[in-house]
Amino acid sequence: MTTQPPKVLVTKIGLDGHDRGSRVVASALRDAGMEVVYTPPWQDIAAVVKLAMEEDVDVIGVSSLATDHLIVPKLMQALRAAGLQDIAVIVGGIVPDADEAKLLEAGVAKVFHPGSSLADIAAEVGRLTRARRALNVT
Amino acid sequence: MSAGLQADANPLAAILAGERRALARAMSAVENETAAGKALLHELQPHLGRARVLGVTGPPGAGKSTLVSALIGAWLSRGATVGVVAVDPSSPFSGGAILGDRIRMGAHQADERVFIRSLASRGHGGGLSRTAARVIDLLDAAGYDQIIVETVGAGQSEVEVAEIADTRVVVCPPGLGDEVQALKAGILEIADILVVNKADLPLADRTERELLAMLSLRHYDVWTPQVLRTIATSGEGVAELADLIERHALACASQRRSHGGRVRRLIAASAADWVKRRVEGLAGDEFEELCARVQSGELDYASADLRAVALVLRAEKQA
Repeated sequence: MTTQPPKVLVTKIGLDGHDRGSRVVASALRDAGMEVVYTPPWQDIAAVVKLAMEEDVDVIGVSSLATDHLIVPKLMQALRAAGLQDIAVIVGGIVPDADEAKLLEAGVAKVFHPGSSLADIAAEVGRLTRARRALNVT
Repeated sequence: MSAGLQADANPLAAILAGERRALARAMSAVENETAAGKALLHELQPHLGRARVLGVTGPPGAGKSTLVSALIGAWLSRGATVGVVAVDPSSPFSGGAILGDRIRMGAHQADERVFIRSLASRGHGGGLSRTAARVIDLLDAAGYDQIIVETVGAGQSEVEVAEIADTRVVVCPPGLGDEVQALKAGILEIADILVVNKADLPLADRTERELLAMLSLRHYDVWTPQVLRTIATSGEGVAELADLIERHALACASQRRSHGGRVRRLIAASAADWVKRRVEGLAGDEFEELCARVQSGELDYASADLRAVALVLRAEKQA
């Protein structure tokens, strides 16, 4: 049997350039046996949608540390418009409680706050990947 | 939730019609070697052989991805569509990978005429992944004019790209080793074009001279490999490189990958892979005994391998 590791996009959209967190998470997911497409910060939404589509990722992780997180609902919209609603989106970083509800309402699967464990993040990505693949049996 | 899955109903038709999402999904099926992926590849066969495939290899940090990005720009400006397959290494410990080639491909990533796919090597040793050749086939069938395959950062013997590309570019950063390195067998031998990238660095002149000296000692028939200087970050030398690739393709048109020789090599590679996996999976007393006889020195490897293949074929017949 061949291995079919989860494929994850770790990215940052908007103007926030604090990329230490996304690098740490990308490395942890790699060490958990996942294939991680990593981008530098400052991606625009159209580029992220095209990338996620071409790479056929299971999960997109968006890191936000400087109040850019309210761009994420626009990303959700763009993913739906491209027919990519089966890709799960998680957000990690500094997200006020009131905004977390908005993100979840927009379709974000999970928000990870400061202090989250890398093992928990990897476990959630694994769970979301299994759920997506159970849905898309090819 | 099924709205997003419609594209997979007839993957072949969708791919031939240029549907990018169907293409991406098919690549996953091929990469994961699913039954659907194998069936699709079979149906794909009559639709192959139109695209030109360029292989780009060289050591880590040579500037392969940046040069690929510059070439994408050159081909787009000449009216071509471009597919890219970029391979990065999987960890031998966790199996995970960071796929970071496409981030060097900047603005072209967002261009609708460009399709970039990153693959992890998944333990395959030749500088590519086991399924890379078939992912290229998918891009070919989808109608991309130029396909670029970028290997993992390669050492001296990751020469598999030679098998699947029409034209092979080896990127040599300045100042890697002395003239003896340039004489060695392996990666430098497969080059149709040797690119001294980062040519603004001080040791570029020496590297270029050493490569030229290496080439002068060999004999070639259809095509004599060329040495070219580029600075991928500024675009210097890139138009010349695109021209040279074109010239090579014309000169070697009879040896293209669509030619029978490639199919022969791919069947051989696929058969070797099948036998290897089956032998590794052999179980039972007879195989244990065979191993023991080799270990004790009673039997040599050359005799043992034929017997192992016989065991595989017998097991196959019984199955």
